[in-house]
Amino acid sequence: MDEQLKSELSRQGVVATSLQELYNWGRKSSLWPLNFGLACCAIEMIATTMARYDLARFGAEVFRPSPRQADLMIVAGTVTKKMAPQVVRLYNQMPEPKYVISMGACAISGGPFKQGYNVLKGIDRYIPVDVYIPGCPPRPEALIDAFLMLQKKIDEQYLTGPNRPRHLNADMPSEFVVPEFGEHDLEPTQNRDVWKAPLVNISIAGKNDSGSD
Amino acid sequence: MTLEAIKSEIEANVPGCQLEIIPNTSPSAQHSLLVDPAHALTVASFLRDGATVRLDYCSNVTGIDWPVKEVSTKTKVKKIVDGVEKDVDEVVKTQTGGYLEVVYHLYSMEQRQGPVILRMRTEDRADRVHLPSFTPLWRSADFQEREIFDLFGVIFDGHPDLRRLLMWEGFVDHPMRRDYVDPDDYEYEPTPHNEVLKRAREHQSAEGGL
Repeated sequence: MDEQLKSELSRQGVVATSLQELYNWGRKSSLWPLNFGLACCAIEMIATTMARYDLARFGAEVFRPSPRQADLMIVAGTVTKKMAPQVVRLYNQMPEPKYVISMGACAISGGPFKQGYNVLKGIDRYIPVDVYIPGCPPRPEALIDAFLMLQKKIDEQYLTGPNRPRHLNADMPSEFVVPEFGEHDLEPTQNRDVWKAPLVNISIAGKNDSGSD
Repeated sequence: MTLEAIKSEIEANVPGCQLEIIPNTSPSAQHSLLVDPAHALTVASFLRDGATVRLDYCSNVTGIDWPVKEVSTKTKVKKIVDGVEKDVDEVVKTQTGGYLEVVYHLYSMEQRQGPVILRMRTEDRADRVHLPSFTPLWRSADFQEREIFDLFGVIFDGHPDLRRLLMWEGFVDHPMRRDYVDPDDYEYEPTPHNEVLKRAREHQSAEGGL
């Protein structure tokens, strides 16, 4: 429907919409996060839900204690290798449609603990992440910004066609490989269907950058 | 009470124990007492219950890995070379380390004293890594000894629940040992430098990368 005609009609008191808009509006306005935190980022997440920042204004007022009732997983904190299988398992137990916000430097990449012996270098190695928030820890405003970004992402989805979201495409997986504890590391160390290492040309790294070379 | 006084007190009460004061040359001057593992439990229970010392609180337990290290020291020695006396450098090579060490920091709440630092050493770093557990004496040593068991591989005899604490069951390495090699997951390093750059290069050449 023509946007101009729609706004003209709404001024006359006639609401016109499409099924897609209604569906997306419903999904984005009642994102229920999973009640689960891993480290100090969780404290910021709790602050975001409290009266001062009040995430409830955007439809996320109920943090569900069960993955069966949650739509959104906020990975808030350092994911240790010992914890990673449980995080993936919780994600697998959430019903579609489901979304992931990777909150803070650790959940994105391992952060300041990246080279640690027991720290996973980013939860996106095992599950698909919708929104990344940098910061250590990110402020509540940053989490709200990520939340609005996710809502915008949902609002722009098409119900049909090749770009339709994963939960409307029967060929796409909704469960992902849960890593096993190996003798030296998790097995597998990453899910190649979900994560591909970004190409970084390290041959130029570590050179003298003063110009004299 | 000085460490020397404590040492002579222990020697008077625990026959046969071998003690050695390890000096600390830093400004803190926290000298420590090396205890032989065979008598360690008797020494520790004397330190806890003996009327003069009463170390009733164990605040910290930590581990140290000492890999075998060759130290060469140069000394000037007078020698007769070709009938003439000359100063000649003589290099003496000695081996140090080759054991795991556990350090206990003990305090006395009753006498407001401390810390008294106890050390114990294992025989080597491979399979003779047994030391007596102090958990039966100080409950606070429980998790810390488990952590040392996990990260250094010291086996504490007499510990009530010796399991890995941070790593999972089935993990075989000890990550805080000096010779620990961490798994090759250097696929993506946005700003590699120093040691990380070296590992990232190794990874990329192994994978046939850029």
